[in-house]
Amino acid sequence: MGNERTPPGFAAALKKASLSAFVALILFSLMVGVRTEAGPTGQLIYWTRFGELAGLVSAVFAGSLILELLRSWFGPLDTGKFIPAAADGPLKLAQRFFPLALLIFTLIFPVIFYEKRYILDLGILVLTYVMLGWGLNVVVGLAGLLDLGYVAFYAVGAYSYALLATTFGLSFWICLPLAGILAAFWGVLLGFPVLRLKGDYLAIVTLAFGEIIRLVLINWQTLTGGPNGITGIPRPSFFGIPLTPGDDGFAARFGLEFSPTHRVVFLYYLILALALLTNWVTIRLRGLPIGRAWEAMREDEVACRALGINITTTKLTAFATGAMFGGFAGAFFATRQGFISPESFTFHESALVLAIVVLGGMGSQLGVALAALVMIGGFELFRDFEQYRMLVFGLAMVVLMVWRPRGLVGHREATVFLHHRTEISAELSREGRG
Amino acid sequence: MAYFSQQLINGVVLGSIYGLIAIGYTMVYGIVGMINFAHGDIFMIGGFVALITFLILVSIGLTFVPVILLLVLLVAMAMTALYGWSVERIAYRPLRHSFRLAPMLSAIGMSFALSNFAQVAQGARVKPVPPIVTGGYTLFERSGFAVQLSNIQIIVVITTLVLLALFTYLVSRTRLGRDMRACEQDQTMAALLGVDVDRTISMTFVIGAALAAVAGMMYLLYYGLVDFFMGFVAGIKAFTAAVLGGIGSLPGAMLGGLSIGLIETMWSAYFSVEYKDVAAFSILIVVLIFLPTGLLGRPEVEKV
Repeated sequence: MGNERTPPGFAAALKKASLSAFVALILFSLMVGVRTEAGPTGQLIYWTRFGELAGLVSAVFAGSLILELLRSWFGPLDTGKFIPAAADGPLKLAQRFFPLALLIFTLIFPVIFYEKRYILDLGILVLTYVMLGWGLNVVVGLAGLLDLGYVAFYAVGAYSYALLATTFGLSFWICLPLAGILAAFWGVLLGFPVLRLKGDYLAIVTLAFGEIIRLVLINWQTLTGGPNGITGIPRPSFFGIPLTPGDDGFAARFGLEFSPTHRVVFLYYLILALALLTNWVTIRLRGLPIGRAWEAMREDEVACRALGINITTTKLTAFATGAMFGGFAGAFFATRQGFISPESFTFHESALVLAIVVLGGMGSQLGVALAALVMIGGFELFRDFEQYRMLVFGLAMVVLMVWRPRGLVGHREATVFLHHRTEISAELSREGRG
Repeated sequence: MAYFSQQLINGVVLGSIYGLIAIGYTMVYGIVGMINFAHGDIFMIGGFVALITFLILVSIGLTFVPVILLLVLLVAMAMTALYGWSVERIAYRPLRHSFRLAPMLSAIGMSFALSNFAQVAQGARVKPVPPIVTGGYTLFERSGFAVQLSNIQIIVVITTLVLLALFTYLVSRTRLGRDMRACEQDQTMAALLGVDVDRTISMTFVIGAALAAVAGMMYLLYYGLVDFFMGFVAGIKAFTAAVLGGIGSLPGAMLGGLSIGLIETMWSAYFSVEYKDVAAFSILIVVLIFLPTGLLGRPEVEKV
């Protein structure tokens, strides 16, 4: 883009940084420089914080200056520059074996970190989001339907399991498919009204749908317990053998010493199996006529219809399949937590999963898994700064989008192609690269 | 009947606030073709800036209410407009020619960042303000129920009407408005004919943010409180209003805002308060089933 331009010197960078600092000064003058709080009598009082304001403004100045200087020395950011041509061959090889290595690492992960409960829990969390990401990937990445209310299906799955298990005493293994089916049913229910909608209209309706589900969960107190949620959700059993310290528990049956870690490891492998199932089904579906129809629909709906593909069934199956995986993940979430409340199913979750899918390169299975790892891992790093979490998450989303809009890793390509894979899809040409 | 009239007034006032926010959504969508998710939070920032300015003005001894209101309005509009400008500059401009999802996600990120910023900077607790504008009129009284029209309601509606008139003039009569309409139709062609596209888009965000700031201030005056989370719900509802009215259409945004405000008020009055948002969203879905382009939207012609 800016290759022809002469690199601006230090003076220009200084000028730009001063401008940024000036804007920051005005922006933060009231919001940071003045702090309001309800005083002891209920009346609002305020006090000034010029120290913080000065710190922030100088931070903006320094950051902007460094960024400008880096830009003028290195030119526009291009990752292609950093990899020498000679490294291409080994890199390709590494790329081929990377998924396998990752899979093996994931399989032996609990063995390595058996003693570290915290890391195991984090692993479970990451895998839950990997599964959600793969589930949403069917809808957004493959079928190209923008879904901002994916958390609704997660909620349906979680509440289905919680209600079925606490009311009828059904076991996890019966409830799991039921939760999936119910979520898929809701997916179809959402799919019908939005059949004719496209793009942003679709986005806002799915967002509204997610909010409706959450509001109903909060307000339908007699069924869902309202904001208090559902407690005492049964823990999963090892195919019928409870993971408890009792005589008929898992440890006693297999002659092991009881340890609460058994359950954590079991949960880990459970979500791993569910996630891999999602991945396997998605990969298989991609090769089937329905998967090809999804990808075709994503590229061009009109051409698709002209070729005699039934758009109604194609869209509904995409919604239903994605929702089903969301439902599975929800049931798992409920059994892992033992407690659910509407608070777990806010728009933040939908946005997080969507961010994972987009940063993963939309349609690339490996990319989604890595993006989930980066996002959730990054989130955990900021655990100590709880109150700044969403600030950092939001800014990270902006920066990642500006830096790599096509995702951190990989890009989606068509599963089937005529002569050779082409990189120029409709989206790319719209970006001006076609 | 008296009860209904009262709800009608309340609904129109609420709808005016939604309409003001919805205009920002619809303008940006019309020109850049993206959902500016951070717009609801810009509205929230507007409310906060108005609150802080108000506190400062009162503490330095100003007592004449109209002057306070005018100053608060000006400061809130100017400062929030700068927020709108910065958000566009940081999060959207680099992604102008990227694929459709990129600016949207960046906008969602900006929305989270802004609301968390307000939470960190000003605390998580709700900020109440004493009523600034008091008094009102009793319009008529029937079967023991008095229909009230408070001064603040009058201010909200009149401000909205004035701004709407100004804004319509701006879009239809001025150079900037012409540039905006040109960019909406074809950015490349507009640029070829000497329209500064970047500047026009920036101005769109600035105007949208200024209108949102007015909405934020009206919200503060009307409800007497602000909190860092109010942008999300208000933003979704205003966007719902914009879609309902037909996104990209300015009268549509106002019409949609009024509809959402009325639906919400009437539903709370006659059915249940808990499900008022569910009602608003359900009506959005129902309308879109039958009118996929909204009430006043132009049908999109699909070219193959």
